[in-house]
Amino acid sequence: MATVAGTLARPANVGVWSWVTTVDHKRIGVLYGITAFSFLLWGGVQALLIRTQLAVPNGTVIDAERFNQLFTMHALTMIFLAVMPLGAAFFNFLTPLMIGARDVAFPRLNALSYWVYLGGGLLLTSSFFWDAPSAGWFNYTPLSNETYTADMGIDFYVVGLLILGTSSLMAALNFCVTIINMRAPGLTMMRLPVFVWMTLIISFLLVLALPPLTVGLIQLLFDRNWETNFFVAEQGGDPILWQHLFWVFGHPEVYILILPAMGIVSEVLPVFSRKPLFGYPAVVFAGVAIAFLGWAVWAHHMFTTGMGTVPRTVFAANTMVIAVPTGIKIFNWIGTLYGGSIRFNTAMLFSVAFIVTFTIGGISGVMHASPPVDSQHQDSYFVVAHIHYVLFGGAVMGIFSGIYYWFPKMTGRFLGEGLGKMHFWLMFIGLNMTFFPMHFLGLAGMPRRIYTYDQGLDWGFWNMFATIGSFVIGISIIVFVWNFFRSMQQPKTAPDNPWDAATLEWATSSPPPEHDFDVVPTVRARDPLWHDRDHNIERPEPTGEHIHMPPPSYYPILMASGVLLMGLGPLSHLALTALGAVVVVYSIWGWALEPTD
Amino acid sequence: MRATRLGLTFRRGRRLLPIVALVLLIGLFAGCGAPQSTTEIAGDYNDAVWGPYRMVLILAGVVFVVVLVLTLGFSIWFRERPGRVAQQIHGNTRLEVIWTLIPVAIVAMIAIPTFDALFKISDDPPADALKIEAIGHQWWFEFRYLDDNGETILTTANELHLPEGRAAAVALRTEDVIHSFWVPAIAGKVDMVPGHDNNITFTPTKARPEPYLGQCAELCGLSHANMRFRVFVHAPDDFDSWLEDQQQEAATPTGDLAAQGEEIFLQSACIGCHTVRGTSAQGVIGPDLTHVGSRTTIASGVLENNAANLERWIHNSVDVKPGSKMPPQGASAGGALTDDQIEAISAYLLSLR
Amino acid sequence: MAHAATGHAPAHHPTNTGTDNRKLLMWFFLGSECLFFGSLIATYLIFKGDSIVGPFPHPHGDEHGILDIPLTSTSTFVLLMSSVTMVLAVYGAQHNLPKMMKLSLLATVLLGIGFLGFQVYEFRHFAHEGLTLSTNIFGATFYVMTGFHGTHVAVGVLYLSSLLLGSFRRSGLGPETGFHVETAGLYWHFVDIVWIVIFTVVYLIPD
Repeated sequence: MATVAGTLARPANVGVWSWVTTVDHKRIGVLYGITAFSFLLWGGVQALLIRTQLAVPNGTVIDAERFNQLFTMHALTMIFLAVMPLGAAFFNFLTPLMIGARDVAFPRLNALSYWVYLGGGLLLTSSFFWDAPSAGWFNYTPLSNETYTADMGIDFYVVGLLILGTSSLMAALNFCVTIINMRAPGLTMMRLPVFVWMTLIISFLLVLALPPLTVGLIQLLFDRNWETNFFVAEQGGDPILWQHLFWVFGHPEVYILILPAMGIVSEVLPVFSRKPLFGYPAVVFAGVAIAFLGWAVWAHHMFTTGMGTVPRTVFAANTMVIAVPTGIKIFNWIGTLYGGSIRFNTAMLFSVAFIVTFTIGGISGVMHASPPVDSQHQDSYFVVAHIHYVLFGGAVMGIFSGIYYWFPKMTGRFLGEGLGKMHFWLMFIGLNMTFFPMHFLGLAGMPRRIYTYDQGLDWGFWNMFATIGSFVIGISIIVFVWNFFRSMQQPKTAPDNPWDAATLEWATSSPPPEHDFDVVPTVRARDPLWHDRDHNIERPEPTGEHIHMPPPSYYPILMASGVLLMGLGPLSHLALTALGAVVVVYSIWGWALEPTD
Repeated sequence: MRATRLGLTFRRGRRLLPIVALVLLIGLFAGCGAPQSTTEIAGDYNDAVWGPYRMVLILAGVVFVVVLVLTLGFSIWFRERPGRVAQQIHGNTRLEVIWTLIPVAIVAMIAIPTFDALFKISDDPPADALKIEAIGHQWWFEFRYLDDNGETILTTANELHLPEGRAAAVALRTEDVIHSFWVPAIAGKVDMVPGHDNNITFTPTKARPEPYLGQCAELCGLSHANMRFRVFVHAPDDFDSWLEDQQQEAATPTGDLAAQGEEIFLQSACIGCHTVRGTSAQGVIGPDLTHVGSRTTIASGVLENNAANLERWIHNSVDVKPGSKMPPQGASAGGALTDDQIEAISAYLLSLR
Repeated sequence: MAHAATGHAPAHHPTNTGTDNRKLLMWFFLGSECLFFGSLIATYLIFKGDSIVGPFPHPHGDEHGILDIPLTSTSTFVLLMSSVTMVLAVYGAQHNLPKMMKLSLLATVLLGIGFLGFQVYEFRHFAHEGLTLSTNIFGATFYVMTGFHGTHVAVGVLYLSSLLLGSFRRSGLGPETGFHVETAGLYWHFVDIVWIVIFTVVYLIPD
């Protein structure tokens, strides 16, 4: 392997180092998946601790300080370290395969996104050894100002989210370019699989939504460390500015979390109903409309902050309008079931259940879009129920559907159906046991983020019920993990297209070769493999031509460590930031000079 | 074979449905009877909001049932069977239009009463409204009753007394972080935000001896869960006499223990933060204690107001309320007061009726 | 592991849009940057004129305004000129005029450094007048916004310098010179345009 003066020697392509230096989108997808799932388990443990404390009135399992840290970190872990990266795992692994490309547009940038994410995730999680963030995941000022939370927890929050934002931004830019520029011949935008459409939409949302959060975080960092007064009302600042910057990011973020699941469901439902997705253009445009409208609704998180009547009216109207494209999607999914010949395996069960559980979350969303109703719901357990039906009943159910569906493509093995169904039913029952009673608790006036509550408020029964449900979810996850390890010991028997699916990722071996496709496929219809099947078009034979793939590189992980060092600066000594900057500059230099062929 | 097993699952599912429905109903009613219920509101807020609220609840239920029935129905009806061939349908424009218009109609049905209600609850307070300033502190509520010129005529804490049938115009302020003023059974919530002159106006409509429970609804730090308050709604005459009583200066203690307690109180660190009108205690950091003996709870609604709890609180308030700004006073907790002294002080405080 | 044994520049796969991936990446990145500076500028506008104590940017009661508008107009002119030389560099790179490209790149870098010099002088002058990050809300919003803009200019100077240095290597930038310079130009013009907005908002519009 060639060594260029001034750059590092080429890494070898075997063993652990082959994973550390990989730029292969499939391996990066696997790294994302395993890391994110580990964080999901950790976030789940946090949730169980929270539920244990709340099981009975005046619980004494966890003290107030730890409790505030736990619910803050539970949200941060689940949102930024588990669900978003699980979405990333899917779109890393699948997007190039689904568009008939050999890799993403910028393979090394893709690796860099992963390593920066890992660094940011570990940094945020390590805060438990010092002070974990404790001001909630939306971290409202002035509670998060130094005056009221002097410990390092908020600094961990700020630095962690800045690093994770950098990672997401790089990944999003990469996927925007990949999807727009690298589709196989014949794969027009209106033939793009819905999952890829959703990936594109998410990528656009991230590119545009992260900067306001970044600016808010920078301002908070300066307020806390360099005595600016952006959010200090007494000095001419305004704590509400933080809320605006946060929610301008935060609301699109909700769609960033849910759209991958919507994409997955839109792939799974047609395949197991054995018929095309009902109303493909409507589903795609509804997704675009949701993303577009998602920019004009952020202030519905702030209805009780004393906003004027007119802005509340406008934001309420915009929010209700989002119900329309969401409804269109739900009805099209139901339409996909109609007239089908439905195979109910685990992947399909998760997708069908998704329709119902996500609908519950969607409906409660419309309920508190109404500001007078929201004045009762806001910051109560009703909202907790709502977000969990969207994020668990929606995003997580969709992601599990995707895991069962694409597992053979990713590993060459099937997940066990018996254990899979057990996993599904336990999770479905557990999720409804946990989160449905939270509606009742909200209606009974229980505020969120309280570490204790008194007897005599009629909250005890449903809290206990929810806690039992949360442990049922826990058991379902154990069943899944067991299923995973059991399946990984099976031989690789999966054929190329075990489900008789229609999209391009099934037109190559399971798991696919490093170069994805021996011959880049040509697309002739919206459901290419079904079209080719029905028209007896054979997959072209490999030509034996030499296929060029980008070589592995040290620079992504090196640069990521530089980014991590830069982030550690504000938490310890700014010299580390300077050192990190040097590492980053060196990496950019080496990166630019490294030959990519 | 597989289909049969699944069929069984679904049949079992169908048997479960009535049970699930029953549980939901029980849950909703449980929500109604609760002391902090958001659905049984004894205030004018109820007239404005219950309309859209009920509309939202009903429509939500209808939409959910439709989606559930269709999903479940199609799942059962169209499941894989020998000889069944899936119909290759790509879509149907007429259906798309219909199910675009249905959500539009539903949203309109929610939106119109919503905006109507919104403007109603946002009306300016009537001229004869009772003017009150509520100030959030970490972690307790200060209430000031104001006269027509905006001058404070009474300062109290954690228990708000209101006359039935008269609008209360509450100006919401905060001393530190964002708090939220919420009495679910009387009105919705509005936040207390530094630098913002927020307010809420509502009219309690039902006098009753037991209090309406309120609670801070915005995360405000360590003891957010312990930031509670109570609202007592009186008949107008009763309210007037309550107000008059509360405006009196502190009573001179009668018993020996209480008198001794006053002496210790006035020589201790207590007066740095607390006011007892009519004495030298003029601190303004903690709650006004002039009539603390007349309150039903201490520690912002966390403890019942009695001698044992007062002693516990004074001894080490952090033990009751994590993060409490009141330093421990008991000698064994690092303070300067002996158990006897604390007992005397609590007797004194209880005498301040 | 498959390697193409070719020595020339990376093979170009045809793209769906016909635009090179890297240029498209730059466009999306600049889209993101719009929101970044948009948020900073919005913050500045929200707090414009809200400072409780001086020094104030514009004349305020008896106090004089701290901004030196003629001076910053000069530095703005310097930055605008750098956009002109950037256009010339791109022209040179695309029309195989290496000398013109190198000279214009050098001029752009020098003008960029000149702008940074003005900014350093201005920051030092303001600090001398008693305006720091913590003095008032003007100090906070001004320093953070213009500071991040200055950082972007500095990154641009490094970016262009690396292209300039690269163009002196014997292998040069290869057949892709025009492409690299053009992509860098997108970035440079963007930073320039942002400054025009900041200059208008901070210096030209009174409180």
